[in-house]
Amino acid sequence: MLKEETILSKEKTKRKRKSLESYNNYAYIFLLPFFLVFLFFNLYPTLYTILLSFTDLGGWDTEFKLVGIQNFINLFSNALFLKSLTNTLVLWTMNFIPQIVLAMILAFWFSNRRLNLKGTGFFKTIFYLPNIITAASVALIFYSLFSYPAGPLNMLLLKFGVLDAPFDFFRSVMGTRLIVSFIQFWMWYGQTTIVLLAGILSIDESLFEAARIDGASDMAVFKNITMPLLKPITLYVLITSLIGGLQIFDIPLLLTNGAPNNSVETLMTFIYKQAFQGSRSLNIASAGSVVLLVISIVFSLCIFRSFKEKKVN
Amino acid sequence: MKNDKLIAKRQRMLIYIFFGILTFLSIIPFWIVLANGTRSSEQIQQGISLFAGSNLKYNWDVLMNKGFDIFSGYTNSFIIASLSTILTLYFSSLTAYGLTAYKFKGKTFMFSMIMFLILIPPQVSMVGFYQFMSKLGLLNSYIPLILPAIAAPSTVFFMKQYLETVYQKEIADSARMDGAGEFKIFHTIILPLLKPGLATMGIFSFVSSWNNFLMPLVLINEQDKYTLPMLMQLLKTDTYRTEYGSMYLGISLSIVPLLLIYLLLSRYIIGGVSAGGVKG
Repeated sequence: MLKEETILSKEKTKRKRKSLESYNNYAYIFLLPFFLVFLFFNLYPTLYTILLSFTDLGGWDTEFKLVGIQNFINLFSNALFLKSLTNTLVLWTMNFIPQIVLAMILAFWFSNRRLNLKGTGFFKTIFYLPNIITAASVALIFYSLFSYPAGPLNMLLLKFGVLDAPFDFFRSVMGTRLIVSFIQFWMWYGQTTIVLLAGILSIDESLFEAARIDGASDMAVFKNITMPLLKPITLYVLITSLIGGLQIFDIPLLLTNGAPNNSVETLMTFIYKQAFQGSRSLNIASAGSVVLLVISIVFSLCIFRSFKEKKVN
Repeated sequence: MKNDKLIAKRQRMLIYIFFGILTFLSIIPFWIVLANGTRSSEQIQQGISLFAGSNLKYNWDVLMNKGFDIFSGYTNSFIIASLSTILTLYFSSLTAYGLTAYKFKGKTFMFSMIMFLILIPPQVSMVGFYQFMSKLGLLNSYIPLILPAIAAPSTVFFMKQYLETVYQKEIADSARMDGAGEFKIFHTIILPLLKPGLATMGIFSFVSSWNNFLMPLVLINEQDKYTLPMLMQLLKTDTYRTEYGSMYLGISLSIVPLLLIYLLLSRYIIGGVSAGGVKG
């Protein structure tokens, strides 16, 4: 009886193992669509873009010849490209620093037990709201709100005597940059707050309690417990925001199309205009894309490094 | 002790006032635009009002007469967003399941690769993508805007994280014992398990496709195929230089569907942002 059972179960495991081996092969079938589409619509176009960055393809031509690194030499002596690169970083810094500071403060308040704020769900919802609206529409909203001479903001400032005469925001370099940065800030601080808050809430509650029993102040707890443990997620916010910021396009294009004085011309508006407007310098646009790719990869590597550090800790 | 409570109370008051200001900032731009969409150009130039005017019908007529085809914008954007969302959800779940449930060679490599892809902006391949699609005769077609949705690395990542919390090998194994095939297991057991995760990712992928501006701008140039974000360009042309009311109405029409979606689904959206952040 017993013997029979062992033979039976042995056979069962054998069969099981065999079926185990065969059904695992389905993984390849399940992963196939993703990788096929990725190769076709993503990897190939990326490699093709890299190839084009070493050619003379322009206008409506279909034939091209290789020209070595000429495009990159041209690119880095192109004042508009260099300006676009700096603008992109300037606009990102101008919106990210106030954004992360405000998001930190808000996340700290939301999670603070002593303050015990009511309606945090409602406020989170309201602060996130601008993020869901089409960036193209948001650009138009701010374009009309700040318009000259009789846009709503000009009229408000005149009414309260802040201004004596209407101000043309979109002719002022600083004004336009501030508006673009403000829009980015306004669209993203809610998201950053929610992500940081989720990070704070995932910290072991007993750490806070222990600190409280020891009589640590709110600030001390925040500085010595919250901040260090929040480092990985802060870094994640920083890098995703930077990679997102490198691609800023819709807002500057639809707000002023880069004006005034190319002050809000960005990497992506530069690449787009090179490729699809005027003389259609597809080669220069491709070289610009390669620069964007390289910058993004460098930041991606930073992320992986920081994730490794997190594991060690 | 009493003093502490008083300080906390005062702090709370100040914080609520600050929240009030931020709430005002979040809402007021939309409010002004929606209100101005119903007012006449003269009223708009006279000052700000938070109340609706009576010029909606006139603004609407002007807008429609000037070729701002909002309905075709809605339809086009809806077709692209819904089809790409369906593809993203189905194939991301399939990929995530493949990566979770099976043991195979190259598993770790494939997963790290998908992780890595999240960090590469798709915009960098724009020029090559355009040239390639042009060669295939797919300019002014929605195919290049929909099909790439099959490979959505960040959705795969989210679904994999989600699947790891709900997947139990025993359930799949017992279905196998009953003779169910792998696809049947995926369709009848796994997909239903994933429903809450699919709902969250569905909202995000729909909204991001709906809001996409750059790729349609590059690939589409026939005006009757314009998506909603592309229509925004038309509102900046000279046609609306004097018709402020119509311009505001045009913007309003582009934001109303999203405001409604947000009103209904904000709970899931905020939940999704929290979940994505912690896991990312």
